[in-house]
Amino acid sequence: MNQLILLGDEALALAALDGGLSCAYGYPGTPSTEIMEYLEKAQAGRGILARWCSNEKTAYEAALGVSLAGRRTLVTMKHVGLNVAADPFINSALLGIHGGLVLAVADDPGMHSSQDEQDSRFYADFAKIPCLEPRNHQEIYDMTRLAFQLSEQFKVPVMVRMVTRLAHSRAALIPREAEEQRRVSKAPDPRQWMLLPALARQNLAALLESRREFSAFTAAYPGNDLRLTGAEWGVITTGLGGNYFEENLEELSRLAGTPSWLHINAYPVPVEKIRLLAASVKRLVIIEEGEPFVERYLRGLLEIPLSLAGKLTGEVPLIGELNPDNIRPALGLPNRRGLPPESGLPNRPPQLCQGCPHGDSYQALNQARQGFPQSLVTSDIGCYALGASPPYSAIETIVCMGASIGMARGAAEAGFYPVAAVLGDSTFLHSGITALVDAVQAGADMTLLILDNSTVAMTGWQETILPSEKLESLILGLGVDPAHFHKILPLKKNLEENTGIIRKEMEYHGLSVILSVRECIVAAKRRPKGKA
Amino acid sequence: MKYDIILAGVGGQGVLSAAVIIVRGAITAGLQVRQSEVHGMAQRGGAVLSHLRLSGAPIPGDLVPLAEADLILSMEPLEALRYTPYLNEKSRVVCSLHPFINIPDYPPLEEILLRLKKLPGFLGVDDAGLAKQAGSLRAANMVLAGAAAPFLPIPKEALLEAADWLSRDKGPETEGINRRAFLLGFEAAQGGTKETT
Repeated sequence: MNQLILLGDEALALAALDGGLSCAYGYPGTPSTEIMEYLEKAQAGRGILARWCSNEKTAYEAALGVSLAGRRTLVTMKHVGLNVAADPFINSALLGIHGGLVLAVADDPGMHSSQDEQDSRFYADFAKIPCLEPRNHQEIYDMTRLAFQLSEQFKVPVMVRMVTRLAHSRAALIPREAEEQRRVSKAPDPRQWMLLPALARQNLAALLESRREFSAFTAAYPGNDLRLTGAEWGVITTGLGGNYFEENLEELSRLAGTPSWLHINAYPVPVEKIRLLAASVKRLVIIEEGEPFVERYLRGLLEIPLSLAGKLTGEVPLIGELNPDNIRPALGLPNRRGLPPESGLPNRPPQLCQGCPHGDSYQALNQARQGFPQSLVTSDIGCYALGASPPYSAIETIVCMGASIGMARGAAEAGFYPVAAVLGDSTFLHSGITALVDAVQAGADMTLLILDNSTVAMTGWQETILPSEKLESLILGLGVDPAHFHKILPLKKNLEENTGIIRKEMEYHGLSVILSVRECIVAAKRRPKGKA
Repeated sequence: MKYDIILAGVGGQGVLSAAVIIVRGAITAGLQVRQSEVHGMAQRGGAVLSHLRLSGAPIPGDLVPLAEADLILSMEPLEALRYTPYLNEKSRVVCSLHPFINIPDYPPLEEILLRLKKLPGFLGVDDAGLAKQAGSLRAANMVLAGAAAPFLPIPKEALLEAADWLSRDKGPETEGINRRAFLLGFEAAQGGTKETT
């Protein structure tokens, strides 16, 4: 038996490789990162291309180009990354997808490493495209292969929705025979690729027509698995909700009989199967990993003769991850009682590493701020967000990639003084450049601190899209005044000097940029010896 | 047969390497495996928890249910205490005796150890001492993997082969150190079981 043990993310990557993938693009983001990392390692041997991009939008657009040229493509991101790529993503549903385009998006219920819990199934629904939601490694593999096929069959992008627990779980799968890459061939009809209003109207009508075909597919798809038992109640599960239900099924059957069960893993929702189930029961429990997506469909606005229990009525937790225990009340099962929890244990939150250059930058910033009766520091997403915790407590906002710069500009224009923005080099390249152009144009009274550790540290030390030495000319090229641009080296021995530079620029009424450059200590240790 | 393990520690302590050894050993032994890991932000010096499930039959989910862990294997004393609701009276706890102190409010070690000793099947391991004896402090996680080995439904040889495999591309010296560390842990646990059972 040709069994492989892989992370969920790796299983998805392997399926794409075996599915005739030509090019893959993405931006690192937990829990999606390991998909591209696997492809990067495999690319030479398999004759494919796997590339990190500046952000999710540019990655998605590159994937569209691959599809236009007739070849299969994968684009990967975390759930909030899809917000960044939303513009090309939503519009691409109206295109005549040529080479199969699969969007692998990894949600993070429980927010292990994210700023929100948004459920990407809503995005697939919004874009009106099919979405597949595997719940084990074999399904990840099989459904990703299927997604490429569906994308070409229906001429739309297809989403594979992952979640943290699956992306970062290791288990076995059996791969199938690999397909060849597609030949390069331009999409036949440019009218399906130009969203001029007149053409887009036609394409939208065609998409709505295709949606019936998607529904016919999900209605017949055996993965949308309905098991009627004749019981008076039933359960609908989606995603990992199905796993945790199954974990409890034996006990449930023993104590209370086996309920009817529909597991949904392909969308649009399989309406007929839901109606069949609903017609046979008086009560339905809905267990979904993520937001109450199916549940909202079922409830609608009007009264129905069925009693529904789920996230919206509180039987299933509305926020956080599901687990084999927190769904038991909804199933009428008693809590499992282990040994009592130990009381009074201190938390151990993540923190900046010993010797991290960000620590030295924050120390200098904190000292510089002491010279002002009040001050404001906006910040961003990355390792440096750990500067929010003691002993630094150096930053006051974390919203989304690149927001620190725009928010600092707005606060300054509202009249607050002094304002500083802090973000990392990769975040700056992802979404900070355009905001800095705005700030330059506006002559915003703010100080921008770019903490350049020369890597994408938080997600596992991927290479930054531009090397450190190119940042300075980029920043000056945007029109930043060279007299108020500084490069500092964040080391203990430079603390007083760095504090002085930051304080002086905060005192200056105009835009200043300070580039604080020192390589991430972990990245430096991981780097092969002799490679700069 | 099913065997559920909670692996605990602090980011950077090698929790995932210990998990890899058990996973690989279990596969060799013909078991099915699901192992849930923590990546990203939580790894930066924070508490790390990995669920590792072994079974002769398909395993539905990645997470160990409360009260059903057969073993807590912890790289650190305080971290072992966080997960007692996963334990029942028949469970075991294999744990390092050496604290990893990177927080200002770490409780007095004696108090932590006192609480640990009340847990069922507790086995404290001088992982640092044995790792040093094996040749490197960095092999502490190997000592702990070895100390867990007598309790796992996996032959010792399969685990040792997995430990060798994990160290293979790190050179013969590291491979030797890791192998010794694993075996010292194994012996310590066997001595320990005689005392506690």
